[in-house]
Amino acid sequence: MEIYGYQRKALHSDAISTLPLYRSAPPLDVRLEDFELFAIDRLRVLKGISDGLSRGKKPEEIDNLAKDLWKANMRHPEASEVVNKDIISHFVLRLVYCRTEDLRKWFLSMETALFRYRFRLESAEAQRALMAEFDLPYKAVSNSEFESMKDNLGQVARSIGQPLTPADTKFYTVPFEEVPELVAGRRVFVHKGHAYVAMNQVVSLVATQFRSHLSKALILTNRKWTSSIREQEKDRLTPIVEALCTSYLGPDYSEPREFAEISIRDIDQIAMSSFPLCMRHLFEKLREDHHLKHGGRMQLGLFLKGVGLKLDDALAFWKAEFSQKVGAERFDKEYAYSIRHNYGREGKRTDYTPFSCQKIISSTPGVGDHHGCPYRHFSEENLRAALGKMRVNSRAVEDVMDKVRNRHYQLACTLTFEAVHGTSCDAGINHPNQYFSESQKVVQSKVSI
Amino acid sequence: MLLLSSRAQHTTMTREEIGNGSEDMVIDECEPEGRERNSVPDEFNANYLKVYYGKLFPHADIFKWISYGNDGKHPACDQSYFSRREFSYTLDNDIYLRYQSFNSASELENSIKEKCPFKIDIGPVYSVDPAKRHAYAQTGDNVFTPVERELVFDIDITDYDDVRYCCSGADVCLDCWPLMTVAIKVIDTSLRDDFGFNHILWVFSGRRGVHCWVCDGKARRLTNEQRASIAEYFRVYKGNENSLKKVSFTGLALHPFLARSYSEVLKDFFKSKLLLSQKLFSTEERYEKILEMIPDESITSELRGKWQENKRSSISKEDTNVVRWQQLKHILQSGRPKAQGLRRCVEEIVFSFTYPRLDMEVSKHMNHLLKAPFCVHPKTGRVCVPIDPNCCEEFDPTAVPTLSKLLEEMNMGTLRADVDNEWDRTSLGKSIRFFRSSFLQPLLKSCKEEIENSYNAKLQHSKNSMSW
Repeated sequence: MEIYGYQRKALHSDAISTLPLYRSAPPLDVRLEDFELFAIDRLRVLKGISDGLSRGKKPEEIDNLAKDLWKANMRHPEASEVVNKDIISHFVLRLVYCRTEDLRKWFLSMETALFRYRFRLESAEAQRALMAEFDLPYKAVSNSEFESMKDNLGQVARSIGQPLTPADTKFYTVPFEEVPELVAGRRVFVHKGHAYVAMNQVVSLVATQFRSHLSKALILTNRKWTSSIREQEKDRLTPIVEALCTSYLGPDYSEPREFAEISIRDIDQIAMSSFPLCMRHLFEKLREDHHLKHGGRMQLGLFLKGVGLKLDDALAFWKAEFSQKVGAERFDKEYAYSIRHNYGREGKRTDYTPFSCQKIISSTPGVGDHHGCPYRHFSEENLRAALGKMRVNSRAVEDVMDKVRNRHYQLACTLTFEAVHGTSCDAGINHPNQYFSESQKVVQSKVSI
Repeated sequence: MLLLSSRAQHTTMTREEIGNGSEDMVIDECEPEGRERNSVPDEFNANYLKVYYGKLFPHADIFKWISYGNDGKHPACDQSYFSRREFSYTLDNDIYLRYQSFNSASELENSIKEKCPFKIDIGPVYSVDPAKRHAYAQTGDNVFTPVERELVFDIDITDYDDVRYCCSGADVCLDCWPLMTVAIKVIDTSLRDDFGFNHILWVFSGRRGVHCWVCDGKARRLTNEQRASIAEYFRVYKGNENSLKKVSFTGLALHPFLARSYSEVLKDFFKSKLLLSQKLFSTEERYEKILEMIPDESITSELRGKWQENKRSSISKEDTNVVRWQQLKHILQSGRPKAQGLRRCVEEIVFSFTYPRLDMEVSKHMNHLLKAPFCVHPKTGRVCVPIDPNCCEEFDPTAVPTLSKLLEEMNMGTLRADVDNEWDRTSLGKSIRFFRSSFLQPLLKSCKEEIENSYNAKLQHSKNSMSW
């Protein structure tokens, strides 16, 4: 009897999830070396996922990637310490990645992707337990109810292009108002006020909850960091934290590169050869209209700064264009200030960093705007015309349009780069200035031959 | 009680009642022969409206509805509930008064009678009395913000102008009105069966559309995001000048809600009614519009060829439209393996013409104002009467009582001792009785239950917390 009882207990503890929710920092003692090493190991996992995502890998591929990365990096010689390593590394990285909006966004996306993968692997009981932790009012659908609903559930699944497999029998009901996104997209069967949510949809919802909790936590962490921790730890943790960040995030192009010191004389030619489509478009519109609205001025202006255009040259460049429309005096009065502001010479003297692709893609250009990502915002017709002007061959144009349809805008830009330059770009385009510097590398190498 | 024995007496009595119009005008309105001499529109004017608000408009019923059981009789009633509701008035000369609020039924009634608004809108219930809103902030804890509002829908036939040929703009006739009937059936069924709502009021908008008020407690407490999600669930038509095909079904099957709407309502309506009443294939311009929705050149040129021939020899007894629709369906649904874009082409065409087109903005925001039932439409003089969704095919927008008709009925009605209300002598009686029996009474019953239940639950809770 006792042995049986012991065995049963062991089974029960297996069902409890080892997936932590990172609700609060654990009261553990951590060795200083482990502080850094654990964080680095976890960062390898997150960076690996990040690379996979920007290459447009499918969800199943990301799952396998995450599994391999986790196995390779998050082990610990003592089995009991594995969970601690998980928790500690997460909280250390919170300190590292809480400090700016871009860092937070990246960390949130990667941790959420990781969480999603790990959640899917959990047993049904463990998943339910996790859902309960998030206060999600889901009720499992019994087998008999499933049988009676099967046709409708199957039909919904087929209507969204995800037909049910025999394995897909786990469904949950929840009041329809709890899942507005699924209702809006007609991705669930709704009956008498209840939405019938499939397992993979539940994962999305749990992941959304996880993300929103983490997002709030990061803001709080940032506050604590700037108000007390950074100073308190300036001889111990702070240098580690600051080093961790810069070693793993790509260059942010706030320091202009020497070889790319462009002069306004060459700018037209350089725009044609090395600007990514978003900046080409803004540049052309500026030449055409002698004006750009605020969003466009920011996006193009900071890009040019990153490319190496000095402040004086920038002022001359913008003035030459704008004065054709609004007059030199008005330019000096209304526009010169904000250019100097971008270069950190006015106001609070922040040296603004050029926008990354992620930032540009998520902007929302309105009427009369020309900023944003053309792969996202141009109509098919206009995009084809623009690519044609860049001399992208028709086969490549089709590949690009395919990526656009699937909303992989950065991949579309990468393919464009590859078609225009005749070389491959394995790293994928993440930043317009990166496109520029890669392009210049190719152009220079051709010149030197 | 009006005693109508002679015309002269009748005129005098009316004059006393109205009291503020010019005498000449009053006499003119009462005599049918004199009507041609008037420059005032037949159906609507401020004097008529005064009488309407005085004798016919169901003030008490509106109050009971909007109070949702908070009439002060139960200890758990929220005494402030009615006074936190916004009403707005559009007066003569387009003067617009917002944030009107009232503390009682009589205050509401007196205000309406006094101001005689050309239109009354109902807004949300706010966190505090709208009259006191300036004392509260926009953000933070002590806020002036909507807290409850019916889930509402607005369907206007002008949104269907690209698919109806019988009328355009503000006109509506019995050939195109059935589009509204179909919309009511589809949406009403879904609100009840899919979303589980029970207390739903459909109202004629007075000229060319319908409004829907979903009044369940759960519906009133929905957030903007939740309202938007229901509106999106209902949205199919994504029209835009640049897209040729505005309805696109890409999955391997239709969502059960759409499939049900198609098989129970839309398919038959298209085939048996709309096809014929709008003569959808009768001219080249019209059938080209449909051919545009088929993304296959070989099919469209085949059909075009057939129909251009057909123009010359119309021997067949069957209606052209029916024949051509059959031909189109046959080609699209016959055994040939179908390219992706063609799989549901027939359904897409039917949905394009018949599926409800909602005004999304009306439904998405809690603070959106919507015209109150039983108002009178200034351009048509028709009363915004409720529509019974169970027999909405019988509703005739061209036969809805107008203000002038009602007043006529009122004045010429015979003496009836058994009638308590003026409206019961008129064609408005039927509408008000329907409003009460089908909507108001079940709603109030449910509200009372809700109030009692929550009260009892609170009592129980405090009892429990006090137990040793």
